[in-house]
Amino acid sequence: MTADADRAEKLLDVGRLSVTFASPAGAVEAVRDVSLDLAPGEILAIVGESGCGKSALCRAIMKLLPASARVQADRLAVAGTDIRGLSERDMCALRGRLCSMVFQDPMTSLDPTMRIGAQIAEAVLAHEPGMKKDAVRRRVLELMDMVGIEDPPARYRLYPHDLSGGMRQRAVLAIALASRPRLLIADEPTTALDVTVQGQILDLLRDIQRGLGAGAVLVTHDLAVAARAADRTAVMYAGRIVEIGTTEEIFYDPRHPYTWGLLASLPSLAAEGRPLYAIPGMPPTLSPPPKGDAFACRNRYALAIDYDQAPPLFQVSPTHYAATWLLDPRAPAVARPVGGELHV
Amino acid sequence: MCETLLDVRGLCHSFPLGAGRYLRAVDGVSFRIRKGEIFGLVGESGSGKSTVARCVMNILRPQAGSILYRGVDVCDPAQFRANRRMLQTERQIIFQDSSSSLDQRMKVADIIAEPLAVNHIVPPRGSLRAEAAFQLRYVGMDPAYLDRYPPELSGGQRQRVAIARALTMEPSLLVADEPIAALDVSIQAQIINLFRHLQAEHGFTFLFIAHDLAVVRYLCDRVGVLYRGKLVEMAPTKELFDRPLHPYTKALLSAIPIPDPRRERARTRFHFDEAAFDRTGGFVQVSPEHFVLGGKEAEP
Ligand SMILES: Nc1ncnc2c1ncn2[C@@H]1O[C@H](COP(=O)(O)OP(=O)(O)OP(=O)(O)O)[C@@H](O)[C@H]1O
Ligand SMILES: Nc1ncnc2c1ncn2[C@@H]1O[C@H](COP(=O)(O)OP(=O)(O)OP(=O)(O)O)[C@@H](O)[C@H]1O
Ligand SMILES: [Mg+2]
Ligand SMILES: [Mg+2]
Repeated sequence: MTADADRAEKLLDVGRLSVTFASPAGAVEAVRDVSLDLAPGEILAIVGESGCGKSALCRAIMKLLPASARVQADRLAVAGTDIRGLSERDMCALRGRLCSMVFQDPMTSLDPTMRIGAQIAEAVLAHEPGMKKDAVRRRVLELMDMVGIEDPPARYRLYPHDLSGGMRQRAVLAIALASRPRLLIADEPTTALDVTVQGQILDLLRDIQRGLGAGAVLVTHDLAVAARAADRTAVMYAGRIVEIGTTEEIFYDPRHPYTWGLLASLPSLAAEGRPLYAIPGMPPTLSPPPKGDAFACRNRYALAIDYDQAPPLFQVSPTHYAATWLLDPRAPAVARPVGGELHV
Repeated sequence: MCETLLDVRGLCHSFPLGAGRYLRAVDGVSFRIRKGEIFGLVGESGSGKSTVARCVMNILRPQAGSILYRGVDVCDPAQFRANRRMLQTERQIIFQDSSSSLDQRMKVADIIAEPLAVNHIVPPRGSLRAEAAFQLRYVGMDPAYLDRYPPELSGGQRQRVAIARALTMEPSLLVADEPIAALDVSIQAQIINLFRHLQAEHGFTFLFIAHDLAVVRYLCDRVGVLYRGKLVEMAPTKELFDRPLHPYTKALLSAIPIPDPRRERARTRFHFDEAAFDRTGGFVQVSPEHFVLGGKEAEP
């Protein structure tokens, strides 16, 4: 009973989700056994290496994967609604009202033949059909202003390719916010933005989330973005969540060697004139993923068992979990190379 | 080392906004890039960085000013025609939105090797496929991706394919418009180290456009700061970060995100008051290589 009530409170509840793409070169296991949840008003950042499955995870939550993808999950619920069995038609009704998504590549989610204002207007109308023309226009200008597009009346008439990269991304955000969604899934929403605007957009996202009791999943590779905006942060590697915790736990008390590697790669930590630290090797292709821990061959702290058996998520605190055998009581103690409040 | 490779002088470009209004996207921008140098161009979204890049690559025709590449005026049709092959093989661009600029129906191997095939260049590593495999490894991807199509790749993988494609031509000048914004930190670090290596060992010259100032600080030799189409400051990187002079540069530097939750959330930023922006002044030389907008003195 309490467990059910708890579940209904959640904006997002994902249990053991897997996504597999069929491809001529063999099946690609893009997301493997991922569980996470999100409370109202909360922002969860997902960070991780290119190709580790972040976008596939987001698209699975929105049910926007191509037909070549197969999704399996024990639980997949948005605001208490189990979306696993929903038809595309029911899902369409949910998208927008309950959840909307900002895609990674702004150009591919905009219609190049349609003016930017008209595209935002379309999103407004989809949410509130029958809205008067004047009111729609006002709302569009308000949205454009809200995401920091300057001089909205002039930009209203431009086509996507007439906008700068950052402005396109803001237009995409305006479209996603047009329906006042409860759950916003933002896939790299700030990559094309300069630092000043990036800060504004993140603060805007936070304010919107707090104000509406909405929630957001924020995919980013930029750890500073997570540091600024996220309540919790999940680190993905090769389709799995390898560490998840409050943002402070991830930055000040990281436990997974991959998280250590990410933190150590930051250019702001580099000594002048020295090459940047890069995690050695390449991420594995996921068709099929390697046996054992997918990170083992790049991990200087790898144990023999890593090559054989994937580690489970060990609990570090009530909010903090990490999937590394180093947390097993039998593992040798290692000194953590990064973390703590030493970031410059 | 001091030979000028690219010389941009008084570049201006406007876009029509309709109803007889124009947007001055680039307004009298001048800078030089020396051979073997990494020149960074930074500035807020919409400040004109990509427009400069597209003018340099002959994708846009500037309304005023000149662009000299190895002394050839690339905007002059006759000079362009006379040097077409040199200009097309020596200059390469990595587009900001490169993911969507890749041909969706071509395999990765063919995308990467296409510039060689088009220009009838004998692949240095035997075959076009071997060349593509080499470049792909260079940008940190497994050659298993050679037979995939762009829609089957992640955003960062597509971006790296675009980088690999630009590198196959071994260009003398690489214009990189936000080349690594879509990559995670560890792969960013690999690509930055790669660019450094290409500069040091192969003499590549870069026009590097980015908004990530931590990366710019680490990678670039000199930096120009654009604001509303105007170059407001230009200096060697260390000097710019240690001693920013223009109020916009100061605001920009104060906004550099800190990957540390407590400090990031606690800090204050400067705000630049756009009403106070004076675009009329000239470029003043404050030290041999440090210029700032806002005086009445001569051009660099
Ligand atoms: N349609 C597809 N067919 C086959 N494989 C695919 C397809 N889409 C994605 N993949 C593969 O699935 C893996 C996960 O892709 P995904 O786009 O989720 O990565 P990502 O974490 O978002 O990376 P990035 O940070 O680069 O955007 C990648 O290795 C990618 O090559
Ligand atoms: N074809 C066009 N028609 C009208 N306006 C345009 C066109 N192309 C660019 N612009 C405008 O010119 C200005 C400069 O654009 P540009 O793409 O150079 O900016 P940018 O500095 O690269 O920005 P970002 O960091 O967002 O990529 C912007 O205000 C943009 O909206
Ligand atoms: Mg992605
Ligand atoms: Mg641009």
